[in-house]
Amino acid sequence: MKQNQNRSLSPVGLFRRSFLIMTMSMFIFSVATAEEVKNKTSKVYETVLENGMKVLVKQDKRAPVAVIQVWYKIGTSYEHEGITGLSHALEHMMFKGTKKHKSGEFEKMVSAIGARNNAFTSQDYTAYYEVLAADQLEAAMEIEADRMRNLVFDPAEFKKEIEVVKEERRWRTDDKPTSLLREQFNAVAFLNSPYRAPVIGWMVDLEGMKLEDAIDWYRKWYTPNNATLVVVGDVDPEKVIAMAKKYFGVYKSNPLPEVKLRTEVEQKGVRNIVLKLPAKLSNLRMGFKTPGMISAKNGKVDKWEPYALEVLANILDGGDSARFAKNLIRGKSIAAGAGAGYYGYGRLPNMMVITGTPAKDIAMSVLKKALLDEIEILKTELVSDSELKRVKAQVIAGEVFERDSIQHMATLLGSLETVGLGHQYMDEYVPGVLAVTAEQIKDVAKKYLIEEHLTVAELIPLPLNESNDKKEAK
Amino acid sequence: MKNLLRIVFVTMIVVSNQLASAAPKIEHWVTDSGLRVYYVNVPELPILDARLTFAAGSAYDGDKAGLSGMLSGMLDKGAAGLNADQIAEAFESVGAKFSAGSARDMSWINLRTLTLEEQMLSALYIWQKVIEKPDFPDVDFERLKKQALVGLQAEKQNPSSIASKAFYKNLYGDHPYATPKNGTEKTIGTLTTKDLKDFFKKYYVNKNGQLALVGAISKQQAEVIANKISKALLNGGKGEGNKAVAIPEVKPLTEAKTVRIPFPSTQAHVMIGQPGNKRGDKDYFSLYLGNHGLGGSGFTSRLMKEVRVKRGLSYSVYSYFIPMQENGPFMVGLQTKISQTDEAIKVAREVLEKFQKEGPTEEDLKASKLNITGGFPLRTASNDDIIGYIAMIGFYGLPLDYLNTFTDTVENISRDQVVDAFKRRIHLDKMLTVIVGGKAVNEEKATEK
Repeated sequence: MKQNQNRSLSPVGLFRRSFLIMTMSMFIFSVATAEEVKNKTSKVYETVLENGMKVLVKQDKRAPVAVIQVWYKIGTSYEHEGITGLSHALEHMMFKGTKKHKSGEFEKMVSAIGARNNAFTSQDYTAYYEVLAADQLEAAMEIEADRMRNLVFDPAEFKKEIEVVKEERRWRTDDKPTSLLREQFNAVAFLNSPYRAPVIGWMVDLEGMKLEDAIDWYRKWYTPNNATLVVVGDVDPEKVIAMAKKYFGVYKSNPLPEVKLRTEVEQKGVRNIVLKLPAKLSNLRMGFKTPGMISAKNGKVDKWEPYALEVLANILDGGDSARFAKNLIRGKSIAAGAGAGYYGYGRLPNMMVITGTPAKDIAMSVLKKALLDEIEILKTELVSDSELKRVKAQVIAGEVFERDSIQHMATLLGSLETVGLGHQYMDEYVPGVLAVTAEQIKDVAKKYLIEEHLTVAELIPLPLNESNDKKEAK
Repeated sequence: MKNLLRIVFVTMIVVSNQLASAAPKIEHWVTDSGLRVYYVNVPELPILDARLTFAAGSAYDGDKAGLSGMLSGMLDKGAAGLNADQIAEAFESVGAKFSAGSARDMSWINLRTLTLEEQMLSALYIWQKVIEKPDFPDVDFERLKKQALVGLQAEKQNPSSIASKAFYKNLYGDHPYATPKNGTEKTIGTLTTKDLKDFFKKYYVNKNGQLALVGAISKQQAEVIANKISKALLNGGKGEGNKAVAIPEVKPLTEAKTVRIPFPSTQAHVMIGQPGNKRGDKDYFSLYLGNHGLGGSGFTSRLMKEVRVKRGLSYSVYSYFIPMQENGPFMVGLQTKISQTDEAIKVAREVLEKFQKEGPTEEDLKASKLNITGGFPLRTASNDDIIGYIAMIGFYGLPLDYLNTFTDTVENISRDQVVDAFKRRIHLDKMLTVIVGGKAVNEEKATEK
């Protein structure tokens, strides 16, 4: 019911989860129709404007609506220490008006065309979007093109907005024990990879952030050759491309700063941290360093490895019939919650993350051992045919389900393109998953899920205000 | 896409272009056993969404708070002799998604499946079993109770959950809407599988239910599914059953009240409100339209402009009505760092007071109408959106042309109507304010009322 009015960070975890549930293919239909269907349904029109801006258009005529997104290759992983959170703070400033459309006017214009709009920032990208009636597309495109280069930076606006960002940090992280755990876990798991920093930024960095920092960041990165326009919906691709030329084509290409590699140094042994916080529940977060899809694309690992890791995560936690739910939440009844997720879709390699909350009266050590035992089993025993079939069936169905949302389709296209995997990856995903064998899952478990590459963070609850406890018990 | 569907469903007549018109075409009928059915044909994607709802939310828990929610959690833990593992396996091995849950008015059992023959039939078969013969195994129930207790602990470390619970408790007093949805330590501890079975027998019956079906199935297929589900509900000696007894009317608050709950957070979570309106309320559209400009439209709303944009006091600030069977809450909410709590509340109150007295300007109203009517196609753009609407229309007995007339109704509301509705319905001197966060201060005497 509550309208999403928050300029939010991208829910990276959610994206990862939903990723399982995506891409093209109709393997379940006859082979003859598979190609036909693919051509009809999955065609993505791709163009690069003269100034280097990429345009991706996908038609979906089910309803007279469209989504337009502008993606910039900029996010926390481009920041250095001391300026963490700058990409996200700049995202907030992007709503503060341009030379043509003053602060406040922008929101009115977007509202007047019946659009829902917002933006999100992650480690690897910042994206802006409008969802609207398809016949209003041009107005949204004009607005997005305008703020790509013509933003006005008003010191008074910045002063207020940075306070809003700090409130966002308090709300999102500081008052949420599991968010704090995740933040510090990342900072310890990664020594030099930029993935160690929180997207929202450390509070001290927000306190020290200057308007000039935001201006500098905007000039460097908000340029057509660093952006991708994505439009999905009831639109004519040719017209969209013409429109893109008209509004975005007027800008010149600009030289981009060099992006340093910052490859994470190899981990040489387990890292453990403990966080003691006022809380009620203990919580565990463990991560094994893994290659990403990007590692395979760049030839660093075999093509099948990331897919095997993806399937492995779903063997453990791909629904109520997966191993964590079956063995730990039901079975032994030692977990109130347990999760596994492969963070394999970034610009840089990340981790396989395992999380857990113990069941009532169960010690964390018991749950931790059980989670690690499940990992060990993957290294010694082959997963069953029925488990593998189940994951594959979910991937096939999930791909169809996800097409129900044009926003989701646009977000997949934009993110894949922006992290460097390329939107064509959507066509490779299902075949990649379907080709995974039980042997391969065992192989990647043995190769990557090892103690030398493990980081463990544990939340130990401290008492909350006692008087409050009493009140609540009433 | 159309070709694909012709191949998959050779017998189905593909009705295309229908969706290009504004609102989906809802077909409605009642099965012989009294189950109300709402169906929309959407042929484009090979997906079926099914949602079975009952007037069986937490408002029907009585003194067994948490019962409705626990029942939802138990449905797939054993049915027709299959255990939880087998049920989960049966859905997921064909890629189907099962879920069940409950709110205050309503409980629901959902299914999403591909419409390919093998997948759809398998998924519907197991869905039907879960609806017909849940076993409520004791072992699973004991485990679920423990999980529920962990859930209650999680609420206690979350200032937003604490605020919301205190808000409902103080807003509704002895009305069933005050019942904490997830129960309490005490009530969860005393629940038994007999409670589940009794609740199931009483409320999960044809005459208390509605079935919504959306997707690439024909009317004929929809009828077959509806009859099967209706029969499933009949079985087990339940008969057609009865509609649940109506939820009592909500009494308005009689005086202003402030509840402060200390909590070691960096922000205070503030909720200000009173009982609001209900589904089918004669003021529904006036209040909806007015609230759009007050705090329901994000960045163009007055609350957002004054609290966030002008003063940087909160990341999120909003107001909304939650229309329910009886008067659901109207609330204004925000979060701000502890030291700014009083200031933020003052600003939000001022915005609300001015709005209640003067209403929106003609210009504001026009802007709200443009946004609502212009954005109307977004409301039913996906199958997921459509089933949400038709399940709501069915459950609350709204007219079938609710969506068709939606934009006209909004267009025709005058400023006077909005002003009048806010004056009559919002009582500034009888607002409940809940503040969670900060150290314990001198307890205000109001807290204990």
